[in-house]
Amino acid sequence: MWYREAGDFKKTYSEDSQTFPIRLDRIGYFVILLVAVLVVPFFITSYAANAVLVPFLIYAIAVLGLNILTGYCGQVSLGTGGFMAVGAYASYKLMTSFPDLNIFFVVILAGFVTAAVGMMFGLPSLRIKGFYLAVATLAAQFFLVWLFNKVPWFYNYSASGQINAPERTLLGYIITGPNTSPSAKYLFCLAFVILLAWIARNLTRGTLGRSWMAIRDMDIAAEIIGVNPLKAKLSAFGVSSFFIGIAGALYFTVYLGAVEVGEAFGITQSFLVLFMVIIGGLGSILGSFAGAAFLVLMPVLLKNVLVGGMGWPTDIAAHFEFIIVGGLIITFLILEPHGLAQLWRIIKEKMRLWPFPH
Amino acid sequence: MPNQLLFAIEVTINGLMAGVMYSLVALGFVLIFKASGIFNYAQGVMALFAALTLVGIQNGQVPFSHLINAVFGTDIHHFGWHVPAFLAILLAAGVMVLFAIIVERYILKHLVNQEPIILFMATIGLAYFMEGFGDLMWGSEIKKLDVGLPQGGSLWLEAKSKVLGGDGFYGFYIDKLDIWATFFAAVLVISLVLFSQYTKTGRALRAVADDHQAALSVGISLRAIWVIVWSIAGFVALVAGIMWGAKSGVQFSLSLIALKALPVLMLGGFTSIPGAIVGGLIIGVGEKLFEFLIGAPFLGGATENWFAYMLALVFLVFRPQGLFGDKIIERV
Amino acid sequence: MKLTKLAAIAAVALTAASPVMADLVFPSLSYRTGPYAANGIPFADGYADYMTLMNERDGGIGGVPTKLLECETGYNTAKGVECYEATKGEGALIYQPLSTGITYQLIPKASADGIPVHSMGYGRTSAANGKVFEWVFNYPATYWDGASIAVKHIMDQEGGDIKGKKIALVYHNSAYGKEPIRTLEELAKMHGYELMLIPVDHPGQEQKSQWLQIRQQRPDYVLMWGWGVMNQVAIQEASNIGFAMDHFIGIWWSGSENDVLPAGDGANGYKALALANPGGDYAIYADLQKHVYDAGKAAGSGDQMKTVLYNRGLYAALLAVEATRKAQEIHGVAQITPAMMRDGMEALEMTEASMAALGMADFGPEFKNTCENHGGSGLGKVQQWDASAKTWNLITDWIQSDKSVIDALIAEDSAAYAAENNITERCN
Repeated sequence: MWYREAGDFKKTYSEDSQTFPIRLDRIGYFVILLVAVLVVPFFITSYAANAVLVPFLIYAIAVLGLNILTGYCGQVSLGTGGFMAVGAYASYKLMTSFPDLNIFFVVILAGFVTAAVGMMFGLPSLRIKGFYLAVATLAAQFFLVWLFNKVPWFYNYSASGQINAPERTLLGYIITGPNTSPSAKYLFCLAFVILLAWIARNLTRGTLGRSWMAIRDMDIAAEIIGVNPLKAKLSAFGVSSFFIGIAGALYFTVYLGAVEVGEAFGITQSFLVLFMVIIGGLGSILGSFAGAAFLVLMPVLLKNVLVGGMGWPTDIAAHFEFIIVGGLIITFLILEPHGLAQLWRIIKEKMRLWPFPH
Repeated sequence: MPNQLLFAIEVTINGLMAGVMYSLVALGFVLIFKASGIFNYAQGVMALFAALTLVGIQNGQVPFSHLINAVFGTDIHHFGWHVPAFLAILLAAGVMVLFAIIVERYILKHLVNQEPIILFMATIGLAYFMEGFGDLMWGSEIKKLDVGLPQGGSLWLEAKSKVLGGDGFYGFYIDKLDIWATFFAAVLVISLVLFSQYTKTGRALRAVADDHQAALSVGISLRAIWVIVWSIAGFVALVAGIMWGAKSGVQFSLSLIALKALPVLMLGGFTSIPGAIVGGLIIGVGEKLFEFLIGAPFLGGATENWFAYMLALVFLVFRPQGLFGDKIIERV
Repeated sequence: MKLTKLAAIAAVALTAASPVMADLVFPSLSYRTGPYAANGIPFADGYADYMTLMNERDGGIGGVPTKLLECETGYNTAKGVECYEATKGEGALIYQPLSTGITYQLIPKASADGIPVHSMGYGRTSAANGKVFEWVFNYPATYWDGASIAVKHIMDQEGGDIKGKKIALVYHNSAYGKEPIRTLEELAKMHGYELMLIPVDHPGQEQKSQWLQIRQQRPDYVLMWGWGVMNQVAIQEASNIGFAMDHFIGIWWSGSENDVLPAGDGANGYKALALANPGGDYAIYADLQKHVYDAGKAAGSGDQMKTVLYNRGLYAALLAVEATRKAQEIHGVAQITPAMMRDGMEALEMTEASMAALGMADFGPEFKNTCENHGGSGLGKVQQWDASAKTWNLITDWIQSDKSVIDALIAEDSAAYAAENNITERCN
């Protein structure tokens, strides 16, 4: 009844093409943003930050990145873990080689390094298509992990090959290292999420985004209407890797603080991010958040309910976690095959019509 | 012959054998992809589940014993019988058929005519589910798998071939288990080819693989075909699980063998059974030879994982649809 | 999505924000699921059963009951972080991270939070340097001790001279597997053997190349730093190529029943280092039987007792309990804090007499911690698998590692860590 366009008059073109055409959506968006920025940091506990929100935000960035490549440009990638590793190791090398460099720029630069690497591994996409393209990104995945494990320069010749994030500050607040306050961690990641989600949203509805979607829908047709596939595909790989690189850098510097490449950025990581993209919804910004939330929060929630709330033995609870997450994925799929974002779209559609059935 | 050359030949032979093991896993993927266009992410977990079931039946393990004990405070683990290997394999295959029926009824039936990515996602959910379910049903400990297959190097070959080389050569090494794996893979492929070429169901299977709607319109039951295909894939998973499990014991990591099959699939093409075999052989020989000639001496070893993909990538640049994949025809 | 988020936060707030400080809290970051479950279950059971025994038999430690907080990590670092965050607010006294990845995670975190970490025979070797790592302990022996002990055992077998011999290291290509390389290289310089490095990529189900390499190059001995499925496959492949199993020595994480049973008779004669003794001929087992098993209070399925890893879990719990006692003694209070626990760990001394008094005579090595030394004495035994009897048998007494080599390496690596993280040395 209140959720509809009626009465909300658009007077300019820019108003007409805004992201949230319905007033309630707009309000909701700004309320969430305000709560996330101004309220949550004051109440956030160490557990909520380290176990729930920070990983959620970081995965959201990675999922946004992969969604640009897979959801918008139609190029399947299973190299996310490897590209995250590039971001992590780039940030480590930058942090240790230039101790005075601001952590914010370290993360951004790590994103650019990853973008360059990603574009290099994106080159085969001009020739190989569809599921077969996954082989190029899988090659990147395994090769990069092997490389970071093999070449001691990347981990500054430490005995075991683990990398540790030294303490760095931003505007006087500690951002990395063990003494970081939960709210600093959270806000630092949140800033990147807001910035990158805004970039992603605006890129995907601009010229570049349209050329990506044209390539996704049919690349030969896109070529005929004048989309340059080289430019479109490589820019998708570049932008996507930039996002993923930032996610990798944050994953290492802010979230974990110490990583080992094979364990933190292995193939399971690549699959996990791809699952988030698919479950959230291909080609949807909101879906990226939904997918990340589902696979990050659901296991934690289930664990707390089953072990903390109901007192089950930890191993049986862990098995049921898998069973329930798997069952939920299948159930969602049967109810709505196009991901959580589509589910949300349908709910909105229904709300617009409510209380009338048609 | 110089020893180095003999060693290279030995590596090649063993690479072929390893390739057969990869093909066994890849075969299951190909079967399902061909018949339903689903990239079955759960294939690895299916191999684990099949092997777990086999060992569980063989040793008379009580399913869900840990859960039952935790809920009812009982202390049961085993029925106390020991089923002969052959019978246990049949029973495990029966469980995989049951599994196929359940998958079809509760998942696939609801997802007819959906895009491949969505079906792929359904198998992700299935994989998660099975991962938890298998562990819950049969427990997480490592189980010895013993169906009476011989293991170890063939001493006969070793003794016979020793004369070929000089002092540092000890004769060719071939694992007896690998010979059996090759034999089973051959039997499997031949019977699959015969089945799909000369039986009515087989023809229906091929019709479905070619075009779902056309097959439906001539009266082929898609649902029945899917049950059959998933059952066969389940059986292939069981064979792969036995072969791999014989070496490492049956344990969670068995589900990771799917990773070994990925480059094989990409190289051989998702839709071709000969492709899975030839692809496996190329990957097996390629990665082993690379490790022997370049990886271990110059790059510090452990290069096999990425080299398999690099190799597949090189092939794909020249043949984007895989070696035996269907030619990609694009129309606007 | 917003709803799930809110619900998660609510659930989190409900479950994580109720610190109860009445007990001595011992978190157990176990992994009863996932690829390494088979190794995680016995350890977690042993750890839990010993704590139960303390409560049932002695009414706690120093009169205060113990409370075990089990949290499932699945050997996954991110889940380990979640477990750490979930349990640290409840007064956790000591963390046993039980995975290399989680250990590296917790070293800076727990140090900042002031909770001691005990990575018993794993984790970061250079944490043995107490001057740099105030809150981290890895007694009774480290990986580098392990490498040295293995080489010493080889020397014993070869009559003291291994010049010109070839020793191969088959290792898990990760932080864990790479740990012993530097020590072995140093020892190679000293003893004149040739070191051959053979990495195996995770997970290690396929090791044909590696074992063909061994078969072709014929090293005299093979050492293994393996984990999970890699162990079983390596042992199977070694027996397949006909490698002399008594020349094949694994680290203590490659030497449990799980690793050798799948290979059957082929594994006969395989050796592994022992951190604590295998088997069940100890007085403590009578007490466990009486107070824990017979009372129906055994952890898990209750079928893991007397295995190598169960014993290791018992031993880890025993050391934690003894450190608690020491802390109570030093500070004169029964309800200790994590900081007191750290003092107790640093002052911990285990002797033959004290082990015997606990009903575990000669079960673990003698050692004495100091402010500088958090790594124990570096003693280890060698055990050998008897496939027909399905038991591990000890074949040596305690072997002392070559501290002159190891201490220099520890000083070097910990100095690098200190420089990177601006840590000033203590104990001066």
